[in-house]
Amino acid sequence: MFDIQTQLFEGRDIRFGPIDYEKDPEIESKWTHDSAFIRMYEINPARPLSAAIVKKQYEKLEKQVEEDKNLYHFMIRAKEDDRLIGKAVIQWVEWTNGNAWVHLGIGSADDQRKGYGSQALSMLVRFAFAELNLFRLSARVPEYNEPAIALFNKFGFVEEVRRRQALDRDGRRWDLIVFGLLNSEWQNQAKPVLSAVEG
Amino acid sequence: MNDILKGELVRLSALDPDEFGKAFSRWHRDSEFMRFLDMSPTQLQSQKGIQKSLEDDLEKQKSDKHWFTIRALSDDKLLGDIDLSIYNWTGRDAFVGLGIGERDFWGKGYGTDVMKVILRYAFTEVNLQRVTLNVFEYNPRAVRAYEKTGFRHEGRLRQFLNREGKRWDMLFMGILRHEWMEQNEQ
Amino acid sequence: MRDLFRGKLVRLTFEEPEARAKAEVRWQRDTEFHRLADSDPAQMVSEKKLKEWFEKQSEIGFKPERYPFSVRTLADDRHIAFFALWLDLIHSEAWVGIGIGEREFWGKGYGTDMMKLGLQYAFTELNVQRVSLGLHEYNPRALRSYEKAGFRMEGRTRQDLMREGKHYDSLWMGILREEWIQMQGGDLNE
Repeated sequence: MFDIQTQLFEGRDIRFGPIDYEKDPEIESKWTHDSAFIRMYEINPARPLSAAIVKKQYEKLEKQVEEDKNLYHFMIRAKEDDRLIGKAVIQWVEWTNGNAWVHLGIGSADDQRKGYGSQALSMLVRFAFAELNLFRLSARVPEYNEPAIALFNKFGFVEEVRRRQALDRDGRRWDLIVFGLLNSEWQNQAKPVLSAVEG
Repeated sequence: MNDILKGELVRLSALDPDEFGKAFSRWHRDSEFMRFLDMSPTQLQSQKGIQKSLEDDLEKQKSDKHWFTIRALSDDKLLGDIDLSIYNWTGRDAFVGLGIGERDFWGKGYGTDVMKVILRYAFTEVNLQRVTLNVFEYNPRAVRAYEKTGFRHEGRLRQFLNREGKRWDMLFMGILRHEWMEQNEQ
Repeated sequence: MRDLFRGKLVRLTFEEPEARAKAEVRWQRDTEFHRLADSDPAQMVSEKKLKEWFEKQSEIGFKPERYPFSVRTLADDRHIAFFALWLDLIHSEAWVGIGIGEREFWGKGYGTDMMKLGLQYAFTELNVQRVSLGLHEYNPRALRSYEKAGFRMEGRTRQDLMREGKHYDSLWMGILREEWIQMQGGDLNE
């Protein structure tokens, strides 16, 4: 199905790239000031960060990737001008159990609803199953994040757990949904979904 | 969902040690500002000194302190800072501390607006049960702004401060979650 | 006010690093215990290393998100288990970690008694809105005990654990504050 020649990090309009310490801190700093983005992407309270602090976080992140060996982090970059548009992460990898958690987000409202999320998730899942050889992936989504729920459903993730009223935000409590996808399930449906995205 | 970082006149933004250090050392020279803000004797500090202590504080990124700078929506000017410090998790209570360094923006509703924003943040993002503040009795402008925002008087530490040859009280004010909820009828 | 740390069969205590290390070294020999309690691979850690680890924890001191307990029997004061609560402070949720290292105390109601104390502590002292836990599908004894304590099934993450060449599901359970209050008879003087 997929061979060595398949590009892991090149999508149609986006690619997975490394951190650009010159350009990215300013952009990500802006995202952290956008309450709408943070409340979709993060479970913890919104905290605006300066570019300087974002840079420090990047350093900590790369150190963690190197030392803990259970984290894979990609910047989602637009292919036309290499600009930073989002982040994609595989985290909390348990090698003995063959499982990990996926997480991704598109930072600016202007870049959303353009199919970048689909392309990014497709590449992230492929990397997890075909390069990290994981057995299953999980994802954790607040019930109010409808675009993310739609995206995971589209990719065949199964809603497995509903942690009732686990989140407290905007004056009320929300459920937290856990999705799961097995490698075998992805093998069976990956091809048709991918051709829709890359076609 | 509501915008948790924006008000009508101001927005909450990140604390950058470099930029904030410069501004704060300027405001430090305004002794009236410092005497409204702080109970310790007003003194002058170097910009470098202020910057260093800011960097140390930010480096720690403590989960019980939420610290923001305040910017005017009109021209993004840096006006001051505000922080929410949770000191009691089981009781879900935090102290709020506000300082508007730019005196041109005193008495124009900016304090009330930023306090409105931080209360929404406190009750719907950090999910607290109450917010507390201290204010000195010789700062009636601030007391009025806090009353307008919904804070109620809870008591005073009598003759707590000694300034200008007189003794002054420090006031305690507080607002409860259900009071704020009712006010903001979501 | 109620006694927070005393149940019918056990009491919650805090043990010194040395005692905790001694107990851990003994319990880690029972890999069935480890495989029921944990998802990470079983291994052998020295008593010295364990003691250092527990000492470091003690040095950190009080953290509002961590509540570790040791458990002793009321009958003869034996150190038989650990019980811990981790809090998500923002969302007011507590996660339970529980493990009876001394297998002669399995299936005799000690776990249920511990959980009762733990839930009481979580809801009336830590004032959380919900308590959560996870368990392996091959641990039906724990499932029964948790159901008795009031936890409800919220789902299963399929095949997220692999052992002995087979994949197993993890079960996830939760109890909400209102549900626990109801179980106590409805009112907590609130």
